[in-house]
This record gives sequence, C-alpha cells and structure tokens, in this order.
Amino acid sequence: MIRHNKKNIVVIGNGMVGCKFCANLIDQDEENQFEIITFCEEPRPAYDRVHLSEYFSGKSAKDLELKPMEWYFANGITLHLEDAVSKIDRANKTVFSKKGREIEYDTLILATGSAAFVPPIPGVEKEGVFVYRTIEDLDEMMAYAKNCKSATVIGGGLLGLEAAKATKDMGLATSVVEFAPKLMPRQLDDVAAHRLLQLIEDQDIKCYLNHITTAIEGDGKVEKMTFKGNDDLQTDMVVVSAGIRPRDELAKECGLEVGDRGGVIVDDNLLTSDPDIYAIGEVALHNNFIYGLVAPGYQMTEVVVDQLLGKEAKFTGADMSTKLKLIGTDVASFGNFEGTDVEHDTVVIDDPKKGVYKKLVISEDNKKLLGGILVGDASAYANCLMMYQNGTDLPENPMDLIQSGGGSSAVLAMPDETQICTCENVSKGDILQAMEEHDCCNATEIKNCTRAGSGCGGCVPIVNQLVKAKLKADGKDVNESICEHFNFDRIEMFNRIKADKIKTFEDLLIKHGKGSGCEICKPAAASILASLWNEPVHRFHNLQDTNDHFLANMQKNGSYSVIPRLPGGEVTADKLIVIGQVAKKYNLYVKLTGGQRIAMLGARVDQLPDIWKELLDAGFESGQAYGKSLRTIKSCVGQSWCRFGVQDSSGLAVEMENRYKGLRSPHKLKSAVSGCTRECAEARSKDFGVIATDKGWNLYVSGNGGMQPQHGLLLAADIDKETVLKYTDRFLMYYVRTADKLTRTSTWLNNLDGGIEHLKDVIINDSLGICDELDKQMEYHINTYECDWRAALDNKEFMKRFRSFINTDETDKTIQFEINREQIQPKMANV
Amino acid sequence: MSNTMTTDNWIKVAQEADFATDVGGCIKHHNKHIAIFNINNRTEWYAIDNICPHKGQNVLSRGIVGDTDGEPKVACPLHKNAFLLKTGQCISDETTPGVRSYEIKCENGEIFINLTT
Ligand SMILES: Cc1cc2nc3c(=O)[nH]c(=O)nc-3n(C[C@H](O)[C@H](O)[C@H](O)COP(=O)(O)OP(=O)(O)OC[C@H]3O[C@@H](n4cnc5c(N)ncnc54)[C@H](O)[C@@H]3O)c2cc1C
Ligand code: HEM
Ligand code: SF4
Ligand code: SF4
Ligand code: FES
Repeated sequence: MIRHNKKNIVVIGNGMVGCKFCANLIDQDEENQFEIITFCEEPRPAYDRVHLSEYFSGKSAKDLELKPMEWYFANGITLHLEDAVSKIDRANKTVFSKKGREIEYDTLILATGSAAFVPPIPGVEKEGVFVYRTIEDLDEMMAYAKNCKSATVIGGGLLGLEAAKATKDMGLATSVVEFAPKLMPRQLDDVAAHRLLQLIEDQDIKCYLNHITTAIEGDGKVEKMTFKGNDDLQTDMVVVSAGIRPRDELAKECGLEVGDRGGVIVDDNLLTSDPDIYAIGEVALHNNFIYGLVAPGYQMTEVVVDQLLGKEAKFTGADMSTKLKLIGTDVASFGNFEGTDVEHDTVVIDDPKKGVYKKLVISEDNKKLLGGILVGDASAYANCLMMYQNGTDLPENPMDLIQSGGGSSAVLAMPDETQICTCENVSKGDILQAMEEHDCCNATEIKNCTRAGSGCGGCVPIVNQLVKAKLKADGKDVNESICEHFNFDRIEMFNRIKADKIKTFEDLLIKHGKGSGCEICKPAAASILASLWNEPVHRFHNLQDTNDHFLANMQKNGSYSVIPRLPGGEVTADKLIVIGQVAKKYNLYVKLTGGQRIAMLGARVDQLPDIWKELLDAGFESGQAYGKSLRTIKSCVGQSWCRFGVQDSSGLAVEMENRYKGLRSPHKLKSAVSGCTRECAEARSKDFGVIATDKGWNLYVSGNGGMQPQHGLLLAADIDKETVLKYTDRFLMYYVRTADKLTRTSTWLNNLDGGIEHLKDVIINDSLGICDELDKQMEYHINTYECDWRAALDNKEFMKRFRSFINTDETDKTIQFEINREQIQPKMANV
Repeated sequence: MSNTMTTDNWIKVAQEADFATDVGGCIKHHNKHIAIFNINNRTEWYAIDNICPHKGQNVLSRGIVGDTDGEPKVACPLHKNAFLLKTGQCISDETTPGVRSYEIKCENGEIFINLTT
C-alpha cells in the first residue's frame, strides 16, 4: 500500500453521486492535497442512471457514461472496477474489498446509492421478475422480453411509469399495477394524477389502481399475478418498481447509525456517526429523509468537498422538483404543490379535452411562487422552477407563466416610438392606437387600418406578436389559429403532422382542417412536411410557397433570381467562369450577395430549367435562396491564410453548410464562422454563428441582422467541432419543432420561456429528454438531402409549370429590362 | 397562333392535360394574359386577368390558391394581395382595385374561356 503525504479519500460506490464527488474534488483541490481511490461494484464506471431508459431507445452504455476511463487516469483517480468493498474496519481506518484489496483512508465517503426495493411477495424469485436500476438489469430484461408478449410493472411512481414505457416500446402489452388510488402519489395531486392516468392510458398502457399484489404465480417462471380482492392478471414478465432501499449494509455491519427503514444517518455536515465517514447520495438519511433524486445528491457532494477544503458548508435539505421524462407525456411538479401548511392561492388551467392541467400555488400576497404541477404541457417548467427556486417576484398576472406562448411581453416593453413597419413608417404607438380606436385585433385589420405590413410584408410577424401580447395583457382572448383553415398554431400543426404521420397537405386538411387552404397555411404546412419527411415523392406535391413554386425568388417584375450554392463562399476559378458564361448567355444581372455568393437575376420562368441544367452539369447545386431554409454560411479565410486565425473557419463553414443545406425551417436561416475573435465574418449577427478560440469554438445562437438587429447569445464556449455540430443540430431541430411560422430564431428565443438558459438545458443537458429524437431527425435530414433542382428536372408534371404560357411557346414580352451601370435592370410598366 | 375561334364567344385555349393539377397557369390571347386556375383536383376551373393591379405585373397565375369562407381565391406572389377567383374582387386591401373574371368551361378534356363576359 502506497502512502504519501497526501490525504487518502476512499469513495465507496462510483455511481452518479460518487462520480460527481470525485469530479468536484478534483476541480477544487488546487493544492493537490488529496489522493482519491474509488471502488465501483459495477463492471463499468459511473453512468447516467437518470437517462437509463435511453439505453432501450438506442443509446449505448458508452453514450451514457459520465466520464470516460481516461478521465480517471488523467486526474490521478484510482478506480477499482468490478470490485466491491466488503468490510469497513473503522478502528484501523481501512477498507477491504472482495478482490482482496486493503486500503487505508483518512476520510471515507459512502456513496453506495440504493437498490430497488423488492417487497416480499410470494413468487418474486421466479424467472421473469426484474428490477430496473442498472444496465445489467436492462440487458437481462431485453434478452428475456424476446420470448414475451406482455409485461406488468409493479409500482405507478416516477420509475415505474418509465419502466412501463420501456416495456411498451419493446413491443409488449404493458400494464401498471399501483396499490395507491392514484399514479405518482408522491408528486401529484388528485386532479393531476387523474390527467396523467388518461395520458398514460392513451399510450396504450393499462393502469390498475388500488391493486395490492398477493402473489406472482407460474411454473418456475412468471405466468400471472394475483391481487387482494381483484381479478388475476396474466403476464409474461414482471418489473418491480416499488421504491428504493438504501445500500446501507456495510454501514450497518461496522456499527454506523442507520435509520429504522434504512439509510445511513447523517447530520447537516453529512457526517455519519463516525467523524471520518461521510455519506452522500441515495444512501444518506438526512432529517429522516432519503433524497431519491440526483440533484440533491449532487448538492451533497459540494457540501462535502467544501468541508474537506476547510470551508463552511452545510446541507439543509433540497428541492424535490421532478419532471417525468416519458416521451409523449409531459408531467412535472415542484415545490409545495399541494399548498400544505401555508396560506396560499392557486391559479389553475384545466382542459380535460387536451389532457392539460396546470396549477400554480402562490403565496397569499400574490408575490411568490410556492409550487406547482404541470401535466400535458410542461413547457413552462423551466421558467416556473427558476422563479420558485430563486424566490423571484411573480409577474402581475401569474397566469401568464402557464399560458401557452407566455412570455412574449418583450414587444410590449419597447417604447411607443419604435418603428414597426419601415415601409409605411408605422410605429408601435400607431398600432396600439389602432387597436384601441378601431378595435383591430389581428394583423390584417392592422394592415387595413394603419398600412403596416402592406409594403414588403417583413414586419407582419412583429405586428402579430405585438397584437397578441397586447390582447393578452388586456386579458382578451387571443386567436392562436394559423388562419381560418386550421384552428391551432404552427407548433400544434407540427405535432399533429408528426403524430399522424401525415404526408400531404390534402391529407392534413381532411384530418385537421377545413376548406382548401390559403397562402398562410399552405407554406406553413409545406415547411413542416419538408422538415419532417424529406421524401422526394412528396416534395413537389407539397411545394406551396410562392418562391418554392418555381424554386426561385420572384423579383419585382415577375422575373426570377438564380443563386447556386457556394459553400462557405468558396468558388474555384473554373466554376466562376461557368457562372460568367451562363449569365452572359441568358443576359442576367450579376451581383455578389450579402451572404458571400453570386446571384444572377432577371431569368424568365421558361428559362429556369435550362439555366439550372447548365449549372448542375458544371457541378453546382441549388442554393435554396428561395426557401425558408438555410441560406449561407459566411466565413473568413481563417487559419489557412489569415495571420490571426486560430482555427480553420472556412473548413468548418463548408462542412456546416453541406450538413444543413436544404433544411426547411419556419423562416430563413443564416450563419457564419469566424477564424478568431476579430470576427470578420460577423457570426454574432446570425441565427447561428461560430467563432474560433484558442481551445476550440464558441457557438452563438439566435443573432439577427435584418429589421431588429441583435447579437447572438453564447450557447457553449470552447467546444470541439463535433460538439459544435451536435449542439447546432439540436438547436436547429428544436427551433424547427417549436417556432411559430415565419419566426426568426431571434424572435423565437426572445419569446421562449426560460430563454437561453432553458435552451442550454434542453440542448446540453437534455432536460426535456428529446435530444435523441432531435439528433435522429437531423440525421434523417442529412441522409435524405437531395438538390431540389436536380430532382425537379426529372419530374415531368412539375416541369409543366415552367412555361410563360400554356397555349403558346411565345415568351413573356411584358417582362422588360433597361441597361443601367452596364447591366440589365427591370423596366417597370406604369400602372 | 394556336387559339381557335368557335361559333359563339367561347375560345378554346388549351388541353386540360396541359395544366398542372391544383395550381394556376397563364394563357395568352392576342396581347392579353389570362390566369387560369383549377382546384379541388381539377374539378373547378376559374379565369381572371393575370395582371395584378397593385404593381401592374403579369403574375397572378403564379400565386398560391386557397379559399376564404369557402370562396376560392389567389394570393399575388409579389405582395400577397388576395383576389376572389369567381369575381376578381380584391379582398385584402381596400385601396387595390379588383381584376376581371371570365367564364370558363372544360369539355371533353378541352378548356374554353369567354372573354366577352
Ligand atoms: C430508471 C431510473 C430513472 C431515474 N430517473 C431520475 C430522474 O428523472 N430524476 C432524478 O433526479 N433521479 C432519477 N433517478 C434516480 C437517480 O438515478 C439516483 O438518485 C442517483 O443515481 C443516485 O446516485 P447515487 O450515486 O447515490 O447512487 P447510484 O447511482 O445507485 O450509485 C451507487 C453505486 O454504488 C455501488 N455500490 C454499492 N455498494 C457498493 C460497495 N460496497 N462497493 C462498491 N460499490 C458499491 C452501486 O453498484 C452503484 O454503482 C432515476 C433512477 C433510475 C433507476
Ligand atoms: C489580416 C486579417 C484580415 C483578413 C485576411 C481579412 C479578410 C477579409 C476578407 C477577405 C473579407 C471579405 C471582403 C469582401 O467580401 O469583399 C473581409 C471582410 C470583412 N472584414 Fe476582414 N480581414 C482581416 C481583418 C479584419 C479585422 C481585424 C476586422 C474587424 C475588426 C475585419 C472586419 C471585416 C468585416 C466587417 C468584413 C465585411 C464582412 C462582410 O462582407 O459581410 N477584418 N475580411
Ligand atoms: S433585398 Fe433590399 S430591398 Fe429587398 S427586402 Fe432586402 S433589404 Fe429590402
Ligand atoms: S476573423 Fe480572425 S481569422 Fe478570420 S479573417 Fe478575421 S482576423 Fe483572420
Ligand atoms: S403586385 Fe400583386 S400584391 Fe403587389
């Protein structure tokens, strides 16, 4: 045994909390006073147990790993894998392990977590009964499930429902048996539990409440379950999720004080009855309470690390807020959600039809949020939790917090002089006045009244937002419908298209709308259909935007622009010559765009296919300048040429442009990559922008040039290229999924509940548990990308459109040009 | 010119199959551009002027077709002013005049319009 003048810290258990403890201590131990030795009973280092269920949906054990093996080596932590401590000798301050190790400690940390509690039901020992705690448990379940048709979960709590969802996804007919009269009895009130029941049963999972299991029967293996006073239930396997039992066996054996119902008793210092032994995580019993959640365990690690470093720190309890991570089911509760023992008011939204129930418990003076429950739509969770935990004062109308789309008060805060429509010089004050004096309550009425939005139309989304925010502030009904054909918003449209796997606009109209659509809903639906199912067969059928109609932007005189993609703004001399030749042959106007590419303007509709054929033959592809989709990724020359460059900015820009090209989104997407902090590519004014640092890249999101300039916010700093791509994938997909139609990323983020912190949480910490799905969607997009123009040229029906006239081959002579600065420009007819 | 006059005022303009389904198309008669639309899976046909009175461009046939309160309409691709297909009335902006609409019929796979209406 090696002894040095460092202090030996032995950590028993390398689970989530044990691992966090090691990481915190390493981070803070600047003087390098400690030597860490940790025992890990499981065959792999600590992994993310909270997201264990994702192991079923395709995550590997490696993906779930919290820190790779190399991390332990690199930080000088001795990790004994697959070796459990079997005895603690407190007198000699030594631990003994199964594999025969004998290690002295100065301080001992018990982080042995807990095991699933298996009640002593007759028959639990049978083949086919499982618990749900480790990767090994899941491996065994999966192997056994191959020969099963049905599964039953004992326990309708947080974990039980998660396990049920997992067996359901394995294709088994699934039931949940709960002995209490409601689901998640510890986290929900009666109404919420009832709504949850509906949501769970909607997912085809049967719930048996008030059921007390008396036996598991079968010949050697599980065949059925019996209950007190209820019918038997046939089932091929059983998952027991009836609570947890702290792993306090070592502690008990060496005489540490433990609680009556298990758990090592600790004080506010997290010290056990032995002043050299701490207990943290799920094994610790503090104030007669076991915290069965990971966040309190993490808080405990900070307290102990502080104490080891001689700082003041106490653990005085922690928050038990939880959000259930069932795909398709939003459930969350936080704080004192039943208002127990305090004077309080409640604010409730209850919509049984939609399965939505939201309740806020607020202090009597209406100032503070005490707790709450969200079922069916937990989008407000991050925001509420933040308010609750920070004790922030509530907004004047607490209902705003839980109303869908709440938080768009930013527009209301702008001064009245703010110009909203630049074309017609209409200010915010003018619009509010129109609302007041002429009762305008939507953008069309505002347009007729003030002319705002009648010019280029670019301000319509802001007008919309302003009108909605104002109506809401006045307590009036806000019509969130897309248009008269669909009485719900874009997000809802997205969800319905996805859930019902709708592939065409007609189908959508029949199932969820009325009439035949219009210029508002058709493009919105087309964009969603394209982002969800990038399938060539449906693509042309669904092209519904003015610009999509001819895969080109219409210019003011009815002619079109042609803009090939130049990824990262790079172009070879040969290709440049081709552009010159094409422009010359068809007599087009040539200009460099703001996005580092080349536009050719003035093509007639009948010329478009020929022009594109020549460009495609030379190796160009569509630049999608016509779509609500990725435009360009600008870049500076970066490290390859520039004296200041620290990373290959052009290289990354090219890679990203090729990755995201063609991605259909609620609005256009612009991006840029700069090779150093001088920021020549102006990345911070983009929807997503990347700026090189000495250590990697900084990723900024939701910047905007345009009508309301704003700088992008830092999503993550000093990350490597793979992480840039990963976070950008998620950012874009989350935006595509949740933004309203024609909303740029900046406006979207400004209105997103919880703002950038929420976004970080979703993208980096997977707080909504949807990252996997977002990743898959992006992968699907990348794999199915095809140049629109290449596909279009092969499509006879679509090519029918590309004629000036249907009844003659003549060209449209009303499109006329004159010469200005040596090039053509539209000559407008007088109206 | 491919247009043929018939005995009455109906002009045969094109084969039905020349039009793409559920979008607009433009035909030219002498110097006039007429926007022709078919909707509801080619069962209903409409004809209006192709020129948008807002800025005087020949573009309406390239707009998005839809309906408002069940009345078919087209939105101009330039500034989204909307016109009813049956009457040509502009319904989006009080200051923009309407366009003319024309009788149209589909017989035996051929499309006829009546420009005197
Ligand atoms: C399916 C599932 C879903 C969950 N979802 C959530 C959630 O959404 N939110 C949330 O906050 N929490 C959730 N939890 C709970 C969360 O995972 C735990 O709170 C957390 O893992 C506790 O960490 P811990 O380190 O105390 O215990 P553990 O992670 O259990 O780690 C303890 C480790 O110590 C090892 N060990 C025990 N005895 C010895 C010994 N003698 N020698 C060596 N090693 C030993 C064990 O094998 C284990 O690896 C979930 C748990 C599960 C199982
Ligand atoms: C030696 C270092 C530099 C090199 C090699 C360089 C190179 C370039 C190049 C090639 C362009 C594109 C020019 C064009 O499109 O015509 C450009 C644009 C620009 N550069 Fe630099 N530059 C350097 C330093 C800087 C610095 C230090 C700044 C800022 C402080 C800067 C700010 C800009 C801006 C704002 C643009 C315009 C971006 C746009 O076109 O959208 N440059 N630079
Ligand atoms: S190209 Fe110029 S004129 Fe046209 S919308 Fe943009 S800023 Fe306005
Ligand atoms: S951002 Fe930095 S690396 Fe890129 S061109 Fe400017 S100075 Fe050079
Ligand atoms: S030209 Fe048709 S709306 Fe402006």
